[in-house]
Amino acid sequence: MANDPIHQFHINTIVPIEVGGIDFSFTNASLFMVATVAIAAGFLYFSTSQRSLIPGRAQSVAEMSYEFVANMLREGAGSQGMKFFPLVLSLFMFILTANLLGMVPYFFTVTSQIIVTFALSMLVVGLVVVYGFYKHGLRFLKLFVPSGVPGVLMPLVISIEVISFIARPISLSVRLFANMLAGHITLKVFAGFVASLGALGALGIGTAILPLIMTVALTGLEFLVAFLQAYVFAVLTCMYLNDALHPDGH
Amino acid sequence: MFVTSAYAQTAPAASETPAAPAGEVHTETGVAHGAEGGSAGFPPFDSSHFASQLLWLVITFGLFYLVIQKVIMPRVGGILEDRKGRIAGDLEEAGRLKAEADAAVETYEKELAQARSKANGIAEAARNEAKAKAASDRAAIEAELAEKLAAAETRIGEIKTKAFAEVGAIAEDTATAIVDQLIGGKATGEDIKAAVAAAKQGA
Repeated sequence: MANDPIHQFHINTIVPIEVGGIDFSFTNASLFMVATVAIAAGFLYFSTSQRSLIPGRAQSVAEMSYEFVANMLREGAGSQGMKFFPLVLSLFMFILTANLLGMVPYFFTVTSQIIVTFALSMLVVGLVVVYGFYKHGLRFLKLFVPSGVPGVLMPLVISIEVISFIARPISLSVRLFANMLAGHITLKVFAGFVASLGALGALGIGTAILPLIMTVALTGLEFLVAFLQAYVFAVLTCMYLNDALHPDGH
Repeated sequence: MFVTSAYAQTAPAASETPAAPAGEVHTETGVAHGAEGGSAGFPPFDSSHFASQLLWLVITFGLFYLVIQKVIMPRVGGILEDRKGRIAGDLEEAGRLKAEADAAVETYEKELAQARSKANGIAEAARNEAKAKAASDRAAIEAELAEKLAAAETRIGEIKTKAFAEVGAIAEDTATAIVDQLIGGKATGEDIKAAVAAAKQGA
């Protein structure tokens, strides 16, 4: 069923593993997680293995991603936030590589699975909560009490703040998941049009030009989205970490 | 979407997933439904794979985190640090060399000024020396001349006194001779001598 736009999100077991009645099989999703990590880590490792003073092309890219994330974190969460640098760099590189890997035809997109993006965003929000309470104790709750709000409005403002905080892991995960999912489905549907119209004869082939142009344009857009979503995820991570570091800072 | 379903009819079940039963039906929306392991139709919401995905995510992402933290970060950070240090070092070296050049220029100018003033001094000294030598030469010559003058004057004086002294004797002789001639008598030497002396005194 090659023309089914949902087909690409199916999870197929490669090596069945079952522990205590729970399915922990090595699936195509697991395979692409391993591939993502291998490619991202391998790239960062081998591109910097020369340690050149004047970087080559690959080393430049590795250094740029490093400094890009470092600046993002420093601006978002201050110099204290740098202790979370490995996490933010890992998140950014993992999501970026997974998104870009998903752009290769027939490849599985790890980040199109809600459970994966939700787990990553829960990791971030969980870290914010745990670190916030560990570092500031109950003062962390000041996060929900903006300064300068009249007393009458306080209950309303606090409830809004609490709800928006609870919505964070959901919005963070759904944003990434939905972008990847929708993008891939759209791409697949338009590519499917090309194939279907092409099968209809001369007129069909002429008309198939239109979805073909659309597919090419969408492919470009999807590469942009792949980068943008990794960036958005990393930036929001920095902002949330800033809340944990400076709960009374806004 | 009619195209999708149309294509679906031309290639029925061509590449089913291994897990899917042969009789699976695809609707117009493309969502596989029915009896696929009793799970929901939309794969990302199929909770039967959640545990496996979570486990493998933890394993892979955890490993990735460790690699980033233990290997990549120190390495890339080190490269950037080295470069920053190298640039700072080079800048410092350039600054040091510039300061050195400035100092050299200053020393050169100072030495030039010194040489100039020294040259002036030498010229001045030479001029003074020449002047002094001329003055001393002149003084020596003048002294010599004065000495010669003095010597000449003494000689003149000597000659004069000698002459004066001889004048007495000559006068006496002359007077004696005159007296002899005039009076034919003998005037005593004593008288003549006294007369001459008186005349000399009178003169």
